[in-house]
Amino acid sequence: MSSTNIYKPYLMQIEKILDEAPGVKTFRLRFTDDEEKNQFRFQTGQFGEYSIFGEGESTFCIASSPTRKDYIECTFRQTGRVTSALARKEEGDVIGFRGPYGNTFPIEKWKGKNLLFIAGGIALPPLRSVIWNVLDLRDQFKDITILYGARSVADLVYKYELDEWSARTDLKLVTTVDPGGETPEWKGKVGFVPSVLDWMEPSSEQTVAVVCGPPVMIKFTFPELLKLGFTPDTIFTTLENRMKCGVGKCGRCNVGKVYVCKDGPVFTYQQLQELPAEY
Amino acid sequence: MSHQQAVIHHEKLLQFLDGLISSGKHLYAPQRKTGKTYFLPVSQSGSIVFDEIQTTLSPKEILFPKVERLLSYEQNNGTLHVIDHGTAGQMPDRVLFGSRPCDASALHTLAEFFRRDEPDAFIEQRQKSLTVISVSCVQSDQNCFCTSVGSSPGDTRGSDILLTPVGNGKYFVEVLTEKGQSLVGASGQYFETSGPFDKTKVLANIDRSFSSTEVAACLSKSFDHPFWNDASLRCLGCGACAYVCPVCSCFDIQDEGTAKKGGRLRCWDSCGFSLFTLHTSGHNPRKTQSDRWRQRLMHKFFYMPDRFGLLGCVGCGRCSRACPADMNIKEQLIEIKKTMEI
Repeated sequence: MSSTNIYKPYLMQIEKILDEAPGVKTFRLRFTDDEEKNQFRFQTGQFGEYSIFGEGESTFCIASSPTRKDYIECTFRQTGRVTSALARKEEGDVIGFRGPYGNTFPIEKWKGKNLLFIAGGIALPPLRSVIWNVLDLRDQFKDITILYGARSVADLVYKYELDEWSARTDLKLVTTVDPGGETPEWKGKVGFVPSVLDWMEPSSEQTVAVVCGPPVMIKFTFPELLKLGFTPDTIFTTLENRMKCGVGKCGRCNVGKVYVCKDGPVFTYQQLQELPAEY
Repeated sequence: MSHQQAVIHHEKLLQFLDGLISSGKHLYAPQRKTGKTYFLPVSQSGSIVFDEIQTTLSPKEILFPKVERLLSYEQNNGTLHVIDHGTAGQMPDRVLFGSRPCDASALHTLAEFFRRDEPDAFIEQRQKSLTVISVSCVQSDQNCFCTSVGSSPGDTRGSDILLTPVGNGKYFVEVLTEKGQSLVGASGQYFETSGPFDKTKVLANIDRSFSSTEVAACLSKSFDHPFWNDASLRCLGCGACAYVCPVCSCFDIQDEGTAKKGGRLRCWDSCGFSLFTLHTSGHNPRKTQSDRWRQRLMHKFFYMPDRFGLLGCVGCGRCSRACPADMNIKEQLIEIKKTMEI
């Protein structure tokens, strides 16, 4: 008989807090129990339930790469009850974490291909996990291109890593901010992600596109990708439905018979087209 | 599996149940409380209600309580401790008596659902320590439709022992599982041996209104059908249907307490509530009540059978009896079959 309490979280200590953008923070979390740390494995694309005791749990992706061992990172925007409580935490504090849950980006199948990452705003975290994952295995992939846009310069997350990526010669980074969001010092593009994508004209030849962003960005980016010759099975994204349990039982994240927490969060555009429009 | 048959008289049945209580088993059976009937702990068999067609609430709580503590936490001298007492304790042996075949079948479905993928030990341990003695239906009302969802008033699914009233204060007894056998075996003096008995002679006659497989086939092609709009106009989104449903298993997880001390609780929830799927951003994948009503029927009659091989409805009719807006699931399913059939 199984007696494991599947709802019991790990206790994780906040090792480092980074202020990313207004209301947006990144936590680096370490296991407080060595045995749990040694047994813990995850793959890029997976998510977890992060909790503040007395406030509740909140769902976000693991924003770090599985190639970076010993810790996990998450990035969140302070909006609701739990994220506000998280935002009040300090380095050294302990929070709860359950996971990893869900499926993964199939990077094994992407080996030998070009990768095009397109992210908008606070949706860079899930892509940041897979970007570092493929960068840490750089020789297994061909050209890597990243297009990242945010509402304004202040809203860009991981600015320190954007500088690092931009200095690398083995990837191409294009950053953009929405018209009006630029500063006098801004050296990136000004324009919405889909139009910058149109201007970039990346090749779809032997290329996988991975898109994460707000629904409106996704809505206008998919048609651009199809115009560029991408087929729906080569376009990947993640769904962010509301979740409570993370393990296919609480019943709210389903889209048709698909449970986002079990069958997702990673889907191809082709898979999305087969689902009822309820996400 | 042992399948034994016997006969027991009503008087002896009461003695048998009292014997179970005095042997230390926790007995739950239908009892009246403020004019309604619930499955409650029984201290002597005289208080058991036998004549209700259907209890107000199903015995779902015996596996899946309305509210349960998943864990507790406590801050001591600056160190946070998580206390996992939910699944570690000994579960007492419990006997559920007087469930209808539809309710027993629902408990089976619930246990199956929670066992999938990562087993939920809370439900699993309760199920393992539970023995179910059901009583077949010799009466029904216009809301009953078990025969339309693959069941019947004398269905044995989910029961360890099934009693069928045969008249003159006698019950035909089917001992269906080892759990049932171990209860009966220890109290053989109350039972008389019996040959086969044709239950259909006494069971309630419940007409088959639709076929659940045909309904599933209709639903599989009808996500965008205009039917959903009209069908749900009067739905209040109150969630009563989910609350009384013996199969509904959606839940919420909420913390109660302070940062220093408290618990993480699981509570029943309903897909009928707009908050159920609301994102923090304000986006809601199921924006309207018709989206939510469609989800309810699709989930029970199409998604669950398709994904898990389990039907999300046992035809008990409680949702129709409880609905303040007269949303009748049986009538709606008949209507779906009619309007969506290709």
